[in-house]
Formats: sequence, structure tokens, C-alpha cells
Amino acid sequence: MAETDASTTVFVERMPRRPLVWNNHSMAWISDRIAGIVENKAPRWWWVAIAITSSVAAFGLFCIFYLLFTGVGVWGNNIPIAWAWGITNFVFWIGIGHAGTLISAILHLCRQKWRTSINRAAEAMTLFAVICAGIFPGIHVGRIWMAWFMAPVPNPNWIWPNFRSPLMWDVFAVSTYFTVSVLFWYLGLVPDLATMRDRAKGRVAKSVYWVLSFGWRGGNRQWRHYEMAYLVLAGISTPLVLSVHSTVSFDFATSVLPGWHTTIFPPYFVAGAIFGGFAMVLTLMLPARSLYKLHDVFTWDHIDVMCKLLLLTGSIVGYAYCMEFFVAFYGANPFERFAFLNRYFGPYWWASWTMFACNVVMPQLMWVRAFRRNWAIVFFVSMCANAGMWFERFVIFVISLHRDFLPSAWRMYYPTWVDAFTFIGTFGIFLTLFLLFIRFLPMVAMSEVKGVLPEADPHYHPPASGGEETVTEVHA
Amino acid sequence: MSSVALAKPAFAVIAEFSSATALFEAAEKVRDARFRFWDVHSPFPIHGMNKAMGLGKSPLGYIIFCGGFLGFTTAVLLEFIPSSFLFPLIVHGKPVNFFTVPPFFPIMFELTVLISAFTAFFGVFILNRLPRLHHPLFDHEPFNRVTNDAFFLVIESVDPKFSEIETREFLEKIGGTGVTLLYAND
Repeated sequence: MAETDASTTVFVERMPRRPLVWNNHSMAWISDRIAGIVENKAPRWWWVAIAITSSVAAFGLFCIFYLLFTGVGVWGNNIPIAWAWGITNFVFWIGIGHAGTLISAILHLCRQKWRTSINRAAEAMTLFAVICAGIFPGIHVGRIWMAWFMAPVPNPNWIWPNFRSPLMWDVFAVSTYFTVSVLFWYLGLVPDLATMRDRAKGRVAKSVYWVLSFGWRGGNRQWRHYEMAYLVLAGISTPLVLSVHSTVSFDFATSVLPGWHTTIFPPYFVAGAIFGGFAMVLTLMLPARSLYKLHDVFTWDHIDVMCKLLLLTGSIVGYAYCMEFFVAFYGANPFERFAFLNRYFGPYWWASWTMFACNVVMPQLMWVRAFRRNWAIVFFVSMCANAGMWFERFVIFVISLHRDFLPSAWRMYYPTWVDAFTFIGTFGIFLTLFLLFIRFLPMVAMSEVKGVLPEADPHYHPPASGGEETVTEVHA
Repeated sequence: MSSVALAKPAFAVIAEFSSATALFEAAEKVRDARFRFWDVHSPFPIHGMNKAMGLGKSPLGYIIFCGGFLGFTTAVLLEFIPSSFLFPLIVHGKPVNFFTVPPFFPIMFELTVLISAFTAFFGVFILNRLPRLHHPLFDHEPFNRVTNDAFFLVIESVDPKFSEIETREFLEKIGGTGVTLLYAND
């Protein structure tokens, strides 16, 4: 290239931008491929999968009803371990949800265009994870019919909630998070529902999509307000997603318990939540990508970026583990020191080391490019992260509680079958909802993916002769 | 049949364009011809189209700000009326006064976000006059493809510069294909 003015140096020659959709597909191809998933008959594996997950979900619901009719005593909770798997599962699931909002909100503000391929599925995953999370605080109170006491409404006893309690903040944070996520998700769905409407053959399907899409016409006078709403929702969801897990961490950080009473909790919880959430997005999307042949939309470049985010957040979490340990040593508080030594060398040492290996050591594999582009390794690391994040919460909650201040109060925690099957049941609920979602709604945001194609740029002119970089690499 | 159709008032003239680039360039010409009641329809929002159409920024942001302020005010009243007057609680030995405000912040933040989000969601549909399931554009068969890969430009008959013949010629001149006169459907 000839010498050019420094201010107008073009880097395109040296480092061409990689296309977000591979193999130069047209807009019509995107509509056909994505909407076709919903329009075609459900594949056989889908029926097998939903039969399994809904059975698991049904058994989970049975356990929940058994708990409600019998009492919280069917769980393994005791004193001093009054918070055990219930809160562990709650924080686990609510953390999973964070990746969806991060992808839809924070990456939108950062103009990360690759997000368009995964944001719909990740947001749906957020909703289902928050539903699973909401089950646990609901049922752990025992008398679920009294749950409305959490709402700040006048009641006959004239008792009002304590607005200064972190548990009350949680009620507001989680319910706001769920509501805002639903609104954000549905706003993004409206143009795609209009696509489904215009493609629908059957009268019933057409009418349903017509109503659900509100009669969207795709006029720029509509897009103008739509884009502003989308931007503002992204802007307010960004502090929201950071605040939700911070608020969850306040449940612990504001207590005086050694192991909980630390100021590092909010950032550490948020990083962990994003780590666990991205792992779950990969766990769900890697199979979905292969089964529905979405390799050109959800490409290896997308997986690569998500693996880098796993590495980043996993390393932040690792830093937090080490820093907690250091502060316990440096803080000269014997109770705090004991709590952390007990965490790694006490009776639950295996849980802590599992957590450390899964969350800190395994993601380090992602430094290697070849590993980030090998689905078996990516899937393995994301499964490790899923397990590791559950163990992290177990470690923080149960291990900190099981050695009380007085040795006479020390006890071990053993889960019951109800504990175990309620937790497994929430996986059934989560996966059943996700399978229904990919069956009945477009799992990729079609209008957004079309908007990041090269020809969507109003100043785009087709190259005369192969000037555009074409990615044709195909992986099994 | 045609006599019935002719009895209906004209709604608009619609033209199809081949790409986002063509639509963008056509929009600039329609803007410069000083039409007022017109719109472009595309499968995705086209970057810079507001400027090409001569539209300003959406006022929705200001409306959402009002919604957020309403949410904040609601939270302040919701927290301080019960905590100070109806059911004063002394927690950690701290009364409710100016110096103990920070623990009330999280709920103020959450309600601000919640009402802003509702305002954004309902605001976008109210400003767009949606839901509207019945629109003359839907009678135009090729318009089905607007949510797939087609680009349309519509000039409405309520525009003061609209004329059934000249507007059609104008749209053909700026590169539109399949230029059609649409009739109001009610």
C-alpha cells in the first residue's frame, strides 16, 4: 500500500476484520436456517431429551411438594448449618443467569457485535436460571403461603419489612432482575416474531405470531424508538447485573461470620457468576450448534471469545480465592485464619480443592488457541466450571457454618435424598424450559445477526473481485 | 372488484429497493425532496438511517428518565413512610434518619431500574402506535419479505407533496422497483 497520511492509515489490509457469519450467507439463509428450526418437525432427539428432562423436573417438583407438606426437616440442614444446599442452589442458579445479561447488556454497550449470535439463547437461559433460583428462597421458608410477607404491603398486623436487611434487598434485586430480563428479552424477540409471522403457513401459527409481534412492520420510525429502548435497557441492565450478585453477596458479607465477613465478596461473586454463566452458555450452545447445524452463525470465533472470557473471569475468581486466604493470614484474626485453614485442610478439604481445580486450574487450558477450538476440551472445561461454581458456593456457605465459634457446636452436614433430588430436579426444570424455548421461538436473534452482516452497512459496496476475506474452515 | 378498490382512498405508494445501501441512498433523496409522511422498512435497523431520513434522536430517552425518577421517588416513599412513621424499626441500634440512609439505597436503585425498564418497554410500543394488527402495508404481498431480506420505501398519501402519479415516477427515478399504489383498508 502506498504511503498515506497518518490520520487516514487503513489497517484493513494488514488485519482484516473476521466476518461474524461464515461462508458469506445471505439474509434469507439466516431466516431459513433459524426460523426453520421452529417450523420443521421436532427431531427425534428433541423428544427423547424432553422426555428425560421433564421426568427429572417432575421428580423435582415431587420433592418440592414433599418438602412443603412435611416441613423443612426433610432437608439435611441443622444447627449450625442452617443454610445449606438451599442457598447454595439459589446462588448457583442466580449466578448462571448473569452471563445472559452480560452478553445482552454489557457487550452491547461495548459494541461487541459477536454477541448477536448468542444473546437470545443466553437471555432465555437467564430467565430459566432465575426461575430455578427463585424456587429455593420460596420453599426454604417452610410455610410458603406466608411468602407474601416479604412484599411491602399493609397487612393486618401492621408489620412492615425491614428495608435495611440484605435479605429484603435480595427480594427486590432478584424480582427486578427477572422482570427486566423478561422485558429485554421480549423486546428483542418482537422483530423476530414478525419474521415468524411473515413466514408462517398455518392460520393458527400466523395469528399467534401476529399477536405476539404486536404487528411489527420494521419501519425506521419504529426502529428509531426500538433502538433507543434497547440502548437504555442495556444501560440500566449493566449496573443491574453487577448489583444483583453484589446484593446476593451482601447476604453473607454483612454478617459477622468468619469466611463471610469480607469486602471482596461483591466483585468476587460477580466475576464468579459471569464465569459460571458463560460455562453454562457453552454447555448448552455447543450441542445446540451441532444438532441444528448452526456452525456458520455460532462460529469457532464466538467459542474462542467466550473461552477467553472464561479464562479471564476464572482467573479473577482465582485471584479472589488467593486474596481471601492472604487477608485471613494478614488480618491477624484467629477465627478468620481458622476458617480459611479449615476450608482447605479441614473435613471438607475435597470440596475446596475441587472448587479450586475446576474454577482456577482448568480454565488455564484456555490460554492455548488449539484448546479453545477443540469442542471436547471446551465442553470439558465448561462442565468443570459448572461443577466448580456449585462447589464454590457449597464451600463458602456450608464450610463456613459447620465450625461454629464454640467447638461444642461443631457439626457435619449430610444432604438427604430430598436435598439431592430437589437440586437435580431444578436441572430438569431448567433444561425442559430451554428445550421448549428452542422448539417454539427463534433461538438466534435473526434481525440482529442480519444487522452485522457486511451488506447491512449502508455504505457497503460489493467487492469487485474477492477483496473480502472469506472464512470457509469447517470443523467437525 | 376494481371499482370497489378504486372507491377506496389511496394510502401510500410503496417501492422496493435491492439492498440496504440502495435504500439508504433513496432515503436521502426522499428527505431532500422534502417529503414528510414517509418511512423506510428493513429487516434490521440500518445504521445512520435516522440522519438519512432527517429524523432526530428518539425522545424515548427523556421519557424513560421520567420513569426512572418516578421509580426512585416510589422507593423513597415506600421505604421511609413505613420505616419512619408506620413501623419504626431500630436495627443495629440505628434509628432512621439522614445518617442511616445508605442501607436504603439498594431498593431505591432497584425500583429506579424496574420502572425505567417498564417505561422503556411500553414506551417503545406506545410511541410506535403498536400493537396494530391491521395495516394497509400488510395487504401488499411482497411486503411479507420485509422481515426476511427485502427493503421498502413508503410515501403516504397524507403527505402534502403526494401525488399518485408524480410520486410513483419519483420513486421509480430514484431506483425503486415494483412501485405500487396501496389503498387504505378501512
